[in-house]
Amino acid sequence: MRALDFKKYALVFVITAAIFGTALYISNLLSNRRIAEIQAIEDKISIDILSSETQYALLSESSCVNLAGSVLSQEINSLAERLSYMENSLGVDNPEVVRLKRYYSLLQIKDYLLMKKVNSQCGIKSVTMLYFYSNRGDCEDCTKIGYILTYLREKYPKLRVYAFDANLDLSAIKTLRALYSVKDVLPVITIDQKVFYGFQDKETIEKELLKIKGFDKTTATTTQVNE
Amino acid sequence: MDSIITYFLLFTSLYTEVFLLVTFFELRSSITLVDNQDPREYPSVTIIVPCFNEEKTIGGTIMSLLELNYPKDKLSIFIVDDGSTDATVAVAQKFQNNQNVKIFRKENGGKHTAFNLGLMNTTSDLVGCLDADSFVDPNALRRIVLRFENAEVMAVTPAMKVHEPKTIIQLMQKAEYTMAIFNRKVLSFLGSLYITPGPFSIFRKSVFDKLGLYRKAYNTEDLEFGLRMQTHGLIIENAHDAYVYTATPRTVRALLKQRIRWSYGFFKNAFDHRALFFNRKYGNLSSFVLPIAILSLTSVVYFVIRFLLQTFSASYNAIVKILTVGIHFGAPGFPDWFFLNTGFATILGITSVMFVFALILLGKWLSSEGGPRISRDMFYFVALYAILAPLWITKAAYDAVLSHETPWR
Repeated sequence: MRALDFKKYALVFVITAAIFGTALYISNLLSNRRIAEIQAIEDKISIDILSSETQYALLSESSCVNLAGSVLSQEINSLAERLSYMENSLGVDNPEVVRLKRYYSLLQIKDYLLMKKVNSQCGIKSVTMLYFYSNRGDCEDCTKIGYILTYLREKYPKLRVYAFDANLDLSAIKTLRALYSVKDVLPVITIDQKVFYGFQDKETIEKELLKIKGFDKTTATTTQVNE
Repeated sequence: MDSIITYFLLFTSLYTEVFLLVTFFELRSSITLVDNQDPREYPSVTIIVPCFNEEKTIGGTIMSLLELNYPKDKLSIFIVDDGSTDATVAVAQKFQNNQNVKIFRKENGGKHTAFNLGLMNTTSDLVGCLDADSFVDPNALRRIVLRFENAEVMAVTPAMKVHEPKTIIQLMQKAEYTMAIFNRKVLSFLGSLYITPGPFSIFRKSVFDKLGLYRKAYNTEDLEFGLRMQTHGLIIENAHDAYVYTATPRTVRALLKQRIRWSYGFFKNAFDHRALFFNRKYGNLSSFVLPIAILSLTSVVYFVIRFLLQTFSASYNAIVKILTVGIHFGAPGFPDWFFLNTGFATILGITSVMFVFALILLGKWLSSEGGPRISRDMFYFVALYAILAPLWITKAAYDAVLSHETPWR
């Protein structure tokens, strides 16, 4: 009974490896489901934007379409949270995560452009912020600004914050930065065409937002279509 | 690198659990759940009870020995007082008129010296020890003696259970002891039992004639003697149906003290008997059981350091957040499966805990505890052990490296 039974050791190795393999398979399966869920949300937003653009194109000749509440719906917040979770669990370099983030960034830019168009056509003022960050551990202030923007977005639900990962290799983001003449410093936020570099505390950002006429009323804005 | 070490340690932990289960199911047919046969013959037995300040429990311990279902003319009970300063001797003397009981007194010198004094005064075929805070089941000795019918068996260990568990800490130990009943059985199948626990391990007297007496070994003399027996190729068997109930620490503080002593003793004795490691002559014990025991203790230290670093990092982030936006709670949302941690390491960890549950349930089945049902002590064990074990292992490892002796009490 004392002697080593090599066959048993090998059998146990095979069983343990099978359990390991199964655990890996389940973990990957669930990750893929999450990615599919994000993909589905992105597709839905994409269709929403396309629908809004089409609606706008159809009606813009004769009237003003206020799409403030309908474009890039509430799902954008949950999408951002989900993407951030996937980045933490799969890593910032995971090809699927990078692909979803690129798609997400493009959707944000499209929404931003559409909003600008709607605003100028209808003569309304909606408050938007652009935010460029890095989450590769080289920008400690980005984490803090992230906390502040999340807080502000919760406090003012109609505030539109478009967040872009400066490390994403996406020419549209580079063009957007060029449009605002954004320097190569992080973090960067823009509020009402003004550019702020480095860390800005909560009070400063809030004060800057409140300077914008009608900003505090944006929390009460509802979706409406003016024909 | 960090994740490679994590997966390696998780793999070894799972491998060990699977190995124990495979061995158990391989040899399950040889297990008789409760052996109620009578031995072909009843050898003479001396049970030595070393005691030091055990006035509260010694009476019950002696009573349980006197109630053993074993021929009285074959049973001697030696109460060896190791210089108690309380009423231990007075309580023991109440039994002095019983022909089976003999009382010895000596100056305090440690439990092993008390046991050795008893050993030197006996000529019986079998000799055993019972801690003065433990109580035996009436059939325990008979079932142990049955195992000695195999002439090659030199020692038999019992199935230890927690005596009247009341506190959460004791309930945690109840599940742990139940799992140990299973583990000891499997280790005996592998010829790898390396501890002959103080509560009611029984030896052939000839073992001491061959190997000598107990010797001072970091307050874990029962571990040293088990390792010494293995070094000499002597077989230690396990009687999973010989129940012994032992008093266990009631508080975290008392538990930590006991476990630091055990773990420290393990590290030091394992080092003293390092010749047992990786030597094919010693079979499973040498190539698998002892190295895995060391590795699992080390992995606990690794995981605790990792956990502390993660907690530190999470606390740092929480503080930064509070300093940046103040204390602010987002709107409460519905629980979302998306954010459930289903990472590879988490799934492996859950699988490992499920295996632990399986081992405890098999321990319950083996010790005939009314069917293998899930009970709350199992949850206490899983939750509390993960918090407490790293504390005592880290302290014991630290003491062992710096050779800080750990006290008995």
